[in-house]
Amino acid sequence: MKAKIVITPKKAVVDPQGKTVRNALEQMGYQGVAAVHVGKYIEIELAPGTDKTAAQQALNDAAHKFLSNPIIEDYKLEIE
Amino acid sequence: MKFAVLQFPASNCDQDAIHALRDVLGQSARYVWHKEKALGDADTVVVPGGFSYGDYLRCGAIARFSPVMQAVKQFADNGGLVLGICNGFQVLTEAGLLPGALVRNRDLQFHCEHIFLKTVTPDSPFTNKIPPGKWLKIPIAHGEGCYFADEETLAKLKANNQILWQYCDANGNLTDTANPNGSLLNIAGICNERRNVAGLMPHPERACESLLGSDDGKWIFESIFAALQNRTAARAA
Repeated sequence: MKAKIVITPKKAVVDPQGKTVRNALEQMGYQGVAAVHVGKYIEIELAPGTDKTAAQQALNDAAHKFLSNPIIEDYKLEIE
Repeated sequence: MKFAVLQFPASNCDQDAIHALRDVLGQSARYVWHKEKALGDADTVVVPGGFSYGDYLRCGAIARFSPVMQAVKQFADNGGLVLGICNGFQVLTEAGLLPGALVRNRDLQFHCEHIFLKTVTPDSPFTNKIPPGKWLKIPIAHGEGCYFADEETLAKLKANNQILWQYCDANGNLTDTANPNGSLLNIAGICNERRNVAGLMPHPERACESLLGSDDGKWIFESIFAALQNRTAARAA
């Protein structure tokens, strides 16, 4: 089982990296890019036999407390 | 005065802080390794600059969970003075000891230069000795020093007079060009509501000798010394 956590900057936080990537895409000729948000992707491999519900709860806790900073970032957690 | 200067793996301003405190300002200062669980008899804790734990995940995110930071939390809860410089400021915000967060500089560049600071209030253990109208010339050296907080937090910082320093030009004007990193309200440093924990991105410990281009950083340490002396006097009375 794998947990996948995608962390993105909150809309209110200026994301100069996203803006720079967007500008570069535009310069390269890619059309129609309205905005780019650069974040992080974390993959966590769970030990065999791990209870999915318990893992979901624990990882939400970890994502909120440690893996993301709720002041500046949002996260999405998926376990598959 | 007894200072404890924390050391995390990849701290790199710990020696600058010890040098400024011990050799230039004549105080007692010692290193405290990140695995320590106690701070001994320190009056003040300095969380120094650097790239603690390689800045992995986010600046300060991992340092915040180190054993020594649990002791620093306890120390701060008991009213002890804590000063976070640069990465130390980032660690203190991650630890929740200071509000807000520090994000990537708006131009994505690492800035290493002297800037000017306007001291917003003398009402703190970190600013009480800074002469009014004195703009501090102090170096910065960071890539992620853009101060961010939501509107509610900013309003609270203003209402409680918690903004200690703002980036200004050589004449004390808070202009956008004087803001090296895009910090909201030109914020360079703040304190907590109780006023015993402060953090700033500039490096006062690198500006304590005129040989280094400025000794304005001394005013911040002199303020701490005065605050500690007042505390000792108040206790004795």
